[in-house]
Amino acid sequence: MSSVITETAVTIQVDGQEVAVPEGATILDACDAAGVETPTICYGPTLTPVNVCRVCVVELDGSRALVPSCSRPAEEGMVVHTDSERVRHSRKMVLEFLATGVDVSQADELGQWAEHYGADPDRYVPGGETMDEPVRVQDNLYIRDYDKCVLCYRCVEACGDDAQHTYAISVAGRGFGARISTEFDVTLPDSACVYCGNCVAVCPTNALQFKTEFDLRQADDWRPEDQTVTQTVCSYCGVGCNLELHVQDNQIVKCTSPDDHDVTKGNLCIKGRFGWNYV
Amino acid sequence: MADLHFGEDQPTEAERAAIDAIVSQAEAATVVETERVVRGGRSRRRGLRHQLLPVLHSLQHEIGWISPGGLNGAAERLGVPPAEAYGVATFYELLRTTDPGHRDDVVHVCVDPACAMAGNDDLQASLEADGARVHASPCLGQCERAPALFIQGVGRPDQVPADDDEKFRLPQAGDPGLRVLRRVGVVDPTSLDSYRDHGGYEALAAAIEMGPDAVITAISDSGLSGRGGAAFPTGIKWRAVADEPGPDKHVVANCDESEPGTFKDRIVCEHDPFAVIESMTIAGLATGAPHGWIYIRGEYPRATARLEDAIAQARAAGLLGDDVAGSGQRFDIEVRRGAGAYICGEETALFNSIEGFRGEPRNKPPFPTTHGLFSQPTAINNPETLINVLDIVIDGPDAYRSVGTERSPGTRLFCLSGRVGVPGLYEVPFGTTLGELLDVAGEPTGDLSAVLLGGAAGVFVGPDALDMPLTLEDTREAGATLGSGVVMVFDDTVDMEAIVVRIAEFFRDESCGQCVPCRVGTQRQHEVLVELQSSRQPLAPQRAELIDDMALAMVDASICGLGHTAASAVRSALALGLIGNSQ
Repeated sequence: MSSVITETAVTIQVDGQEVAVPEGATILDACDAAGVETPTICYGPTLTPVNVCRVCVVELDGSRALVPSCSRPAEEGMVVHTDSERVRHSRKMVLEFLATGVDVSQADELGQWAEHYGADPDRYVPGGETMDEPVRVQDNLYIRDYDKCVLCYRCVEACGDDAQHTYAISVAGRGFGARISTEFDVTLPDSACVYCGNCVAVCPTNALQFKTEFDLRQADDWRPEDQTVTQTVCSYCGVGCNLELHVQDNQIVKCTSPDDHDVTKGNLCIKGRFGWNYV
Repeated sequence: MADLHFGEDQPTEAERAAIDAIVSQAEAATVVETERVVRGGRSRRRGLRHQLLPVLHSLQHEIGWISPGGLNGAAERLGVPPAEAYGVATFYELLRTTDPGHRDDVVHVCVDPACAMAGNDDLQASLEADGARVHASPCLGQCERAPALFIQGVGRPDQVPADDDEKFRLPQAGDPGLRVLRRVGVVDPTSLDSYRDHGGYEALAAAIEMGPDAVITAISDSGLSGRGGAAFPTGIKWRAVADEPGPDKHVVANCDESEPGTFKDRIVCEHDPFAVIESMTIAGLATGAPHGWIYIRGEYPRATARLEDAIAQARAAGLLGDDVAGSGQRFDIEVRRGAGAYICGEETALFNSIEGFRGEPRNKPPFPTTHGLFSQPTAINNPETLINVLDIVIDGPDAYRSVGTERSPGTRLFCLSGRVGVPGLYEVPFGTTLGELLDVAGEPTGDLSAVLLGGAAGVFVGPDALDMPLTLEDTREAGATLGSGVVMVFDDTVDMEAIVVRIAEFFRDESCGQCVPCRVGTQRQHEVLVELQSSRQPLAPQRAELIDDMALAMVDASICGLGHTAASAVRSALALGLIGNSQ
């Protein structure tokens, strides 16, 4: 982020520090510019903010409730606190709440923040409700393990307005019973899904996994530390999507694309995402 | 819009007819899609999508559930992705997405506090013994005639048996001191002529004469504030919408009261529907909004029918339409039925519901005055608020302020229920004490233990609060709230733990599930209270701390008012010692 103040810059104060951001930037952008690290779950750099997880909340002078930094535009003169007692409390509670009902064992970043804020999911009533969903294995490309779902809406947005415009999934139900679902929970092959895997790419908790990763984890043989990542350009068509091939034991185990790539913004199609068995 | 994929299930002929019955009369909305800045700011007025909820209602009514074929047919006809249509259908209490295996009517029996005190479980047992299909329902908005029933018809109209029961009278009908309820129980609610005989449409004529600016100034000077719960100054809201450029603006009457203990909108809309229409029309002309909407609870069939009838009569008389009462301005009203979701009384959730999306609240800002229905400027008010406008326009703000207090001018409607002599809807000046109000309603019938003020989202107060003047300022100072005007009375025979556990369960059930603090917080809060209830022990200190910790996060970090208030009644019950002591 540039520190040069242009005509369209707004200046806000983050934890006592003046920071200038372009008009239209969010409070989260300003926190980034100020070097203040902020936990996020539902926010994704390639997605429109939905401000539902509430872990990025900050205290804004003049606002009664805390505000979500990911979606709130920075306005001239705002005074923001990111480490007040109230902010730490709400962030801790969000992380605690999620850990009480969801399997967050594969959400590494979330776990680090939970530790940072001292979240204690064990202090709740034993035997409380959990997601309690079977793993949905319906094809050889990716699986859905909604026990790990924090309902961040990222997959819904990636499947819909933000990337793919396929709209194969939505949030269904209400309250604690809300789940990501196709219509009537039909299987993915029966749904509108086109297997672009862009939902898998944005999932922050590994609720959506490549089938290859799932199988290796089942065999207790998923070893990220032994994996290499090879950058290449997809050979299927002329668009020029960058691929990151994750390789373990000389086998491709999954494929991603960089979020900051001009062409893909992290998105791929079925061929780029899953079509590497010929290699 | 993308190419949509539809499954192979096809609607039956009956389902297709149910869809066509709605869609064939509908006009496609102007398609406006603007880039979404935040979730709260997106504009999604897409073709016929705003007909999704009416179509789902129609399917539910025709065969008793939303089948895969019916959903596909609706989705295809309206250009909505089936997964999203399913997301909408599964959001509402009155819509089923599993085959009930029968085509019988469903009898909804209320399980919320006023009805629990009145023996809802006995009623439910006797109905079940008679072979009825009973569904335990959250508050049905008939707390003055508890225990409440609502019969959801399959293939025939919905019914509320108590609507025809003569013993439920309007306790203050004909009282000359009334303002808002002046015509209720006096005027013929099915007759425009009768409404006119009682001064109806004089305010609209006066408003046209005054012009928009003078009308809004009068509203501002009167000190009128919103009666739905948030008490926002009405004049400021209208001015903000009036100041927005362009003709695509809306006026919405929020008749989706679902706060347990609240039934005022039902009575006002059933007994004085023309007053709602007239005051909305004044709002439309004052703010320059040609589009009016009434969003009313799906559980209110008679109020809905009377409003629709009143709209038709007003339209035929030139009081709605392209040239309202010779003003040269356009204003007309569409009625939309909710389908059983407390959260849709939250204004931005209500907008999403009308637009054909899940009734999830939007983050604010942006506010409805700039980004309301279809992301266009919108003035949204409660019927009680709107009806106050009529007197302000005719008599002026000074006369309006002649009752009430400086900071809470005018009168207020209160919904009395529970252990009180004559439950019902009462209008008293702001500043009347709680004790005086209870006296007007026939006094508590037993040894008063507590009063729930403002509904499930409000707070319990004890007998020592009887001297508290019922004003915005006094209740706020006491840490209480008037909310939507609920005054639910409890005596010392009531099992308060069961009441409070039910309130916690209500919030758990009614949370939309969008944000983490509310989705999980309401669930865990309920679990703590169930544990307390079954333990028969005093509340342990670490549990008290957990309740406080959860409450603070819900207040501070939830998206909307549901999460902000979900712990309010629970914590006040603990503070008053109504629950949490050893049994």
